Amino acid sequence: MDTNAIYTPPSPRGRNLHRFGNPGRFLRVSGKVLPWLTAVGVSLTLIGLGWGLFYAPADWQQGDAVRIIYIHVPAAWLASAGYMGLAVCSAISLVWRHPLADLTAAEIGPVGAGATFICLTTGSIWGKPMWGAWWVWDARLTSVLVLFFLYLGHIALIRAFDSPERGARAGAILALVGVVNLPIIKFSVEWWNTLHQPATITFTGSPTMYIGMLWPLLFSALGMSFGFAAIVVARTRAGVMERRIRGLLLARAQQEAGARLDVLA
Amino acid sequence: MTHLPYILAAYGIAVVVSAGFSVDAWRRMGRARRRLAAIDPRGRR
Repeated sequence: MDTNAIYTPPSPRGRNLHRFGNPGRFLRVSGKVLPWLTAVGVSLTLIGLGWGLFYAPADWQQGDAVRIIYIHVPAAWLASAGYMGLAVCSAISLVWRHPLADLTAAEIGPVGAGATFICLTTGSIWGKPMWGAWWVWDARLTSVLVLFFLYLGHIALIRAFDSPERGARAGAILALVGVVNLPIIKFSVEWWNTLHQPATITFTGSPTMYIGMLWPLLFSALGMSFGFAAIVVARTRAGVMERRIRGLLLARAQQEAGARLDVLA
Repeated sequence: MTHLPYILAAYGIAVVVSAGFSVDAWRRMGRARRRLAAIDPRGRR
């Protein structure tokens, strides 16, 4: 090791990231935030779904089948947003070696896959009475199916190595490569002729949706987003504690092995 | 209500998947907390 090497302190941004990545601090802060996140998530979701299911009007063409929108659209948003979160955590993990980022990425994966599964299955159930088919190889449906496979690939890849660090790094690279699929999902309904309807809510234009349907959809989306975050935080808390348990057990085993060697000597 | 079986199936799948993830996360967290407390009393959070 070069003892003359000059130590360069991490940049202020990197320092801040590591400050927030302290596992003890994360457990303290998340322990306080988690009950609120859960309560807000469950409340908003129940309001949104109850409103959408019982009080929002039926669509003049689709009838009551349109009520599937209050599940399907938030799940679709969460599938993409979850993958974006996975990619951000992966980038932080690769660049700054943030202690919590790879753990969070590993915990987002299954939850994001769950959201994508809900999106695909509810879309399929909605498609049968509207399109007459459970599935079509349409650009939007196919690109979301690819997203589901990317999630599954990430879940499998991070567990495919004996060393968790190597698994996290390989998974991070896959997650970053897979980001290319997100704009394809978003713009698939504009780039190709598809059965799937174009976006009704955009950042730039006013929504093309009746306000009596828009509000329950927003409540449901916000509630499910809080719920998604609560599940990820709970899983990450468990992951941090499990990592600490593994470390303590390893240290104890090494101590016992050392003591046994001393006795033999 | 028209298309009731489709609506029930869609909501049912969403509830089952979400509840599954929630229960699994909370049980995993509780199990980890108990094990950590048993190994290291400082681990009580």
